[in-house]
Amino acid sequence: MADVNEIKTRIEAALPGATADVIDTAGDSNHFRAEVTAPQFAGLTRIQQHRMINEIFDGELGGSIHALSIKTQVQETEGAAQ
Amino acid sequence: MSDAISNELRDHLAKLIDENEVILFMKGTPEGPACGFSARSVAVLNSLGKRYAAVDILPDPRIREELTAISEWPTIPQLFVDGELIGGCDIMMEMYETGELAETLGVEQPTGDQDDPAQAQATPQSQGLQLENNLE
Repeated sequence: MADVNEIKTRIEAALPGATADVIDTAGDSNHFRAEVTAPQFAGLTRIQQHRMINEIFDGELGGSIHALSIKTQVQETEGAAQ
Repeated sequence: MSDAISNELRDHLAKLIDENEVILFMKGTPEGPACGFSARSVAVLNSLGKRYAAVDILPDPRIREELTAISEWPTIPQLFVDGELIGGCDIMMEMYETGELAETLGVEQPTGDQDDPAQAQATPQSQGLQLENNLE
């Protein structure tokens, strides 16, 4: 069993600077959705971005966490546009 | 012995991925998906009108184990195009919405009122593949 805060904390700890919004989509502590914005995603494909999240929960997805739906977004670093 | 069996199954899966331009590994069948994520993936593919092969991973847990070993992707469904992992349900939905999935599949993005693929009915675009299961 996992909870929303645990998933959020683990993602943000693994990806410094990232923001994770996690919801329990079914209210059963088993199906989650995480929207993650992280600077580490820059330049990566969606597959690579999702793999970074999957690796945090290695061996738990499909098991103790039945489903973790993921949406990724690149965190633009301040001043990057200059 | 069990290593030999799993290698044989892994080789068979790799061959299926190699030989089918578009192949979806899913829970259940396109006509009877056994999980909401698989159902959404089937609906998206059907709405794009691209023929695809589908493999049900449920009959034997070793199918999922070996598939994960190949793809290094933990969840089901998994879509492969031209031998390459495109992603699972989330990535398929996101790519559908941006039109990238149609582009990847080499088809036109449907227009009009059929924007919600979750409402799309199964069409006979899919070709279910039976895994030869003689591993017992």
